[in-house]
Amino acid sequence: MSVRVVVVDDHAMFRSGVRAELAQQPGIEVVAEAEDVDSAVRAVTTTRPDVVLLDVHLPGGGGVEVMRRAAGPRYLALSVSDAAEDVIGTIRGGARGYVTKTITGPELAAAIKRVADGDAVFSPRLAGFVLDAFSGVIDVAAVDEDLDRLTEREREVMRLIARGYAYKEVAKELFISIKTVETHMSNVLRKLQLSSRHELTRWASDRRLL
Amino acid sequence: MEPRRPTCDDGLAMSDTRPVRRAYRDTETSVVGGVAAGLALHLGVSVTWVRVFFVATALLSGLGVVLYAGLWFFLPAAPTLETGTPGAESATRGGRRPGRIRRLGDAGPAIALGALGFGGVLIVEQSLGIGTLFWPLLIAVVGIALLWRQADEAQRERWLDAGERLNPVRMVFGRGGWAAYARVAAGALLVVIAFGLFSLRGGSIDNAGQLTTAFLLGVVGIAVILGPWAFRLLTDLAAERAERVRTQERADVAAHLHDSVLQTLALIQKNAADPAAVTRLARSQERDLRTWLYADATDPDVSLAAALRQAAAEVEDAHGVTVDVVVVGDAPLGTLQALVAATREAVTNAAKHAGGGRIDVYAEVGVAAIDVFIRDRGPGFVLDDVPEDRHGLRDSILARMERHGGGAEIRTAPGEGTEVRLHQPREEDR
Repeated sequence: MSVRVVVVDDHAMFRSGVRAELAQQPGIEVVAEAEDVDSAVRAVTTTRPDVVLLDVHLPGGGGVEVMRRAAGPRYLALSVSDAAEDVIGTIRGGARGYVTKTITGPELAAAIKRVADGDAVFSPRLAGFVLDAFSGVIDVAAVDEDLDRLTEREREVMRLIARGYAYKEVAKELFISIKTVETHMSNVLRKLQLSSRHELTRWASDRRLL
Repeated sequence: MEPRRPTCDDGLAMSDTRPVRRAYRDTETSVVGGVAAGLALHLGVSVTWVRVFFVATALLSGLGVVLYAGLWFFLPAAPTLETGTPGAESATRGGRRPGRIRRLGDAGPAIALGALGFGGVLIVEQSLGIGTLFWPLLIAVVGIALLWRQADEAQRERWLDAGERLNPVRMVFGRGGWAAYARVAAGALLVVIAFGLFSLRGGSIDNAGQLTTAFLLGVVGIAVILGPWAFRLLTDLAAERAERVRTQERADVAAHLHDSVLQTLALIQKNAADPAAVTRLARSQERDLRTWLYADATDPDVSLAAALRQAAAEVEDAHGVTVDVVVVGDAPLGTLQALVAATREAVTNAAKHAGGGRIDVYAEVGVAAIDVFIRDRGPGFVLDDVPEDRHGLRDSILARMERHGGGAEIRTAPGEGTEVRLHQPREEDR
């Protein structure tokens, strides 16, 4: 059974480009398109897709607003913006991954399938931001004892992703199974989404993002 | 300052329906204060006739001089900014267009001032005879004219350079230079001499001393009365100016974006038949826009992260490959230039030998050391097979890193791509 996908982006040209690219990939079916928050929520509630490709900058409140109003499907954020606040904000809003719009068709299809399976999708850039957020830039333990920190293994996985390693290569490098790599990534994602808002706010303000 | 225009109920300025023509002093083509040129423009007559009118009336009991001085004082100088297109103005501010044409040197205006002074001589001679007031008055007129001229000069320079904060010294001297200082010094000196001559005319030193005291008290009194008002005016002016600078900065950014996109679109049209070139252009433009829109404006001369990004961008442009740079943390560039140079060499190597595709650069700035990884998806090679004379690998990367107390290792195998790891311990000197 193929993965049913809704494409949400305010640029019509980009939507049709993605649709054409995904049409060539087996196992993926674009069931609807939407151009703003309201139409996206409508499309998601009527078609019940597996994965929503979501633009971060969207008329009507941004991609985060869509995830808030139409929870259910898995979201994969797609954006031209590499700004750390967008990346982190979208992940914290519930997205299972983040890729930039320059991604190639086969890579996008692979990312969609991975998200549909419940895994996280980390681009090198996202991994870099995550390491930044959890690294010595801020002393996490000093603020909140209960806050989950990244384990050394999770940090290693993030580092290899940032260095451009594919999942398979990460597994080989660390002598673990691909399944374990995926588990580590899901854990990182969860920690990112659960870590206290205060913490990330300070991280963002340290970097003059707020 | 321009008075606030009355507005209608709907908030539209009345001047939208009934434009008000205003007379300005034209300080761009001025001889003395730009009054004649400005009036000529406003009245639509030849500037020569206006000048003749002033000289003629000056000869008639000095009316022309008083008229000229009054207009100089009350007419605002013509605003010279906000006259071009946004792109042109932005380019002007950024120094990418020729600026205003240099005006006549100071010789012309000086001669004109002399002539005006001579006119003053005639007036006083006619009305008073060569009497007691003649020389003090003449000298004071010339001194004041010089000071007013400098005020005009400083005002125009304030318009032209937008970046500076309001600065009292610059408000008087503008950008400085001997002409400005000379004008202010000579003007002030002349006024003082005129006052001295006037107060000494009775021949008594006591008298002169009393007069001077009275004069100084008057000046101080006026300063006390007008001080707060002037200060507030200055503060308002500074706020307004800061706002204008912000607006101009935004306009500059917009202009830069649009200009660079236009260039790229033109190049893409020319290279439409060459997909590699089009990709490279698009990539380069994308990076440019991304930096302007979303990145902190960090200087590649001081920040390691910015320097690495710049190095990667240059290789991207030169070799038409995609280089993704991820930096965790940042450090002052300082002595790390060797690390940046080694990274650039490694990326260039990857671009040349890896046969296209993406190159990942990952830098991690730790407390004790900095690591940079450069990874490509090329064919890879057997390390021992690299001939001794391959300079890039041995000299530029390995030797360079070792000279600076660091190290480099290369991991590669046929079919597995290549990864260069640069390791640089951080100096403990700070």
